[in-house]
Amino acid sequence: MKALIKDYLKNFKGNRYFWAGLVMTLMILLIAVVGYFWTPYSTTEMSATERFQAPSFRHLFGTDNFGRDIFSRVMKGIGTTVFISSLVVILSGAAGIVIGALTGYFGGIVDEIVMRITDAINGFPSILLGLVMITLMGSGSHNLIVSLAIVFTPSYVRIVRSEFIKLRDADYIKRARLMGVGHIRILFVHILPNIFSVFWASMMIGFNNAILAESGMSYLGIGVQPPDASLGKMLSDAQGYLMTAPWYALSPGLAIVWIVLGFSLLSEGIRRLQE
Amino acid sequence: MRKKLTSYLLMAFLLMTTLSGCAGGTGESSGDNSSKEPTYGGSVVVGIQQDVDSLDPHKATAAGTKEILFNIFEGLVKPDENGNLMKAVASDYKISEDGLVYTFTLRENVKFHNGNVVTAEDVEYSLKRASGLLDGTPLISALSVITSVDIVDPKTVQVTVGSANTELIYSFVAAIIPKGSGEDANADPVGTGPFSFVSYAPQEGIVLAKNANYWQEGLPYLDKVEFKIVNSPDTALLNLQGGSIDIYPYLTDSQANELKGKGSFQILSAPSDVVQALFLNNAVKPLDDVRVRQAICYALDKDSINAFVAGGGAMLAGSAMLPALKDYYVELNDVYGTTANVEKAKQLMKEAGYPNGFDLEITVPSNYAYHMQTAEVVVEQLKAAGINAKINAVEWNTWLTECYQGRNYQSTICGITCDMTPGYLLNRFQSESSKNFINYKNAEYDEVFKKAQSSLDLQEKSKYYKQLQELLTKDAGTAFIQIPPITIAMKNTLGGYKFYPVYVQDMSTVYYTK
Repeated sequence: MKALIKDYLKNFKGNRYFWAGLVMTLMILLIAVVGYFWTPYSTTEMSATERFQAPSFRHLFGTDNFGRDIFSRVMKGIGTTVFISSLVVILSGAAGIVIGALTGYFGGIVDEIVMRITDAINGFPSILLGLVMITLMGSGSHNLIVSLAIVFTPSYVRIVRSEFIKLRDADYIKRARLMGVGHIRILFVHILPNIFSVFWASMMIGFNNAILAESGMSYLGIGVQPPDASLGKMLSDAQGYLMTAPWYALSPGLAIVWIVLGFSLLSEGIRRLQE
Repeated sequence: MRKKLTSYLLMAFLLMTTLSGCAGGTGESSGDNSSKEPTYGGSVVVGIQQDVDSLDPHKATAAGTKEILFNIFEGLVKPDENGNLMKAVASDYKISEDGLVYTFTLRENVKFHNGNVVTAEDVEYSLKRASGLLDGTPLISALSVITSVDIVDPKTVQVTVGSANTELIYSFVAAIIPKGSGEDANADPVGTGPFSFVSYAPQEGIVLAKNANYWQEGLPYLDKVEFKIVNSPDTALLNLQGGSIDIYPYLTDSQANELKGKGSFQILSAPSDVVQALFLNNAVKPLDDVRVRQAICYALDKDSINAFVAGGGAMLAGSAMLPALKDYYVELNDVYGTTANVEKAKQLMKEAGYPNGFDLEITVPSNYAYHMQTAEVVVEQLKAAGINAKINAVEWNTWLTECYQGRNYQSTICGITCDMTPGYLLNRFQSESSKNFINYKNAEYDEVFKKAQSSLDLQEKSKYYKQLQELLTKDAGTAFIQIPPITIAMKNTLGGYKFYPVYVQDMSTVYYTK
């Protein structure tokens, strides 16, 4: 027993992916939480005298075309982006579990129909589909969350469904059924915990996709509306000043890379732990 | 999994590097420009901000469409770069003393793009079509006062109007098109302008070719002009730097600064004929209260908007009139001041029953960087007065249908363009005007406007127009901001670009230097 625990700890220690990812992700979360309550400067207040200041101790990441502190805006932007992406993953994950569980477990005609719909949604590139949704519903962060959640749901439905199909005929489920356990209990108590590791991995991937999708949509000007800070929007605003104020584009760009890299490392580390 | 990881990284980097990659692509040096002699031939690509609404010159309403059609069509008269009228299809005109009869003499041998010579029948048809004498619906409302168009002889056309208006002659810039071609004008526009229509692809652009038969000797220089639609100003800048656009007439101040150092472009600037404003929908709450509108006017700090967005290069506007129209312009910037007066704004809001401010949605056409940036500054300024403003960025077409035509908005930042007549800008604020998208209603205004239009005495006319501006500003019908400068970037090898006091892109005088 002792050896086993030791082994497990050794696994942890030697898992550089996990630790690097964890540190990076925790830093991001810390910045997001702190940024929610406090930023060094106001994220919207403009100053004509402080436009395009290069990075300095006063303004760590410099200032933008309106004289706003980029570091503060990146802090806020990280919060916005992480918040939206998390909500998207949670919403689409929940919808994926419910729809995937029911269709996978019961099968039949409803299953067929739902699968064809998900096929149809999957047929479009996600950004394009998100664009269509936003055009129909109007821009803004609420609609962005809803539309991205709809776009992301089919992938979860597929994963959950295939796991449920695999497990619904397993011996222990058959026995449970013979003992008279109800369908709902079988679905969510007997099967669901067993697909958790697979589902977790896809959530991680989904989160990264959601970050990129949110940044992409805001970059195109249909996500978070100015003057609220969002990484994608900052990146698109900065585009015109690449040569004169390169720090403006670099800061939100690096932040996106940092989030996505950290989270990818973390999920890779967790996957290795499970092996 | 590792493959996935790499692909995320790639995607994240792509977001950044695609941008910087494109921007680095200016390989051209400034070159030797000592010889500025014009040469014939060559083609240019001009970046434009929006799609056209109609290729039918009588039906097009968007300023962004008219500026292009200026190259294809001409009226009996047309504007020149000084804001005067020059004779175009007509070689001469006379106006009777009572101002009711216009006699136009047609220029010899003006040819349509299809090769036919312009006849009096064509002119009669065009004017009747535009004025609504053909089917009862005037396509150009200013011309609806025309009561009859008569052919006196093959070279002379007489136009009779119902009421005299000294500004009416400016409306004869209305395009002359071949008789009976109205139905096809949108698909295959034929005019007499320096360039003929070749093709149009929605969302992409318009291609024009040189009109070899053009009546003005020596014009145009270029063989081909392509107007390319670039929805995003950032893309436009990248296209300029990458070389796929030769001329871009709508640079923002910061873009101009970015390009100035490059050396491969000339940056030219002039005052525009656009009045930019925070347009307030007078029909919706809480903007239906004059005190609320005035509060917004007080809350705006026009000086700092100018500094942020135009680099100080704009002229501040106090009403809907261009200072260039000297005889009719009245300086009204002092009414609400050019800096913010938060105290006064708060007090007015309190009186109106909004002591804690209110929510305001500002709809902005997102393809206009200038308006978007202005909106960001405005939101911040309104916040200081307790007004919780939000930006709603929409596509140009959505803006056109929802805001301009549907009047379904709370407030919007955009610009209205002027022609050479003082009545043009003020006309739209009449209660029943179809262009009155801010729903401004003031019976006194309507009455004075009618007087101004019918007045034949310049002094009296000027007095009425000034009165109109004062009414509009006093009622805070809308919060006027500024007259932005128009800044164009043009390749160093090009020359001859002319700024007009009206919203047109005249390509006929543009040429490549040797």
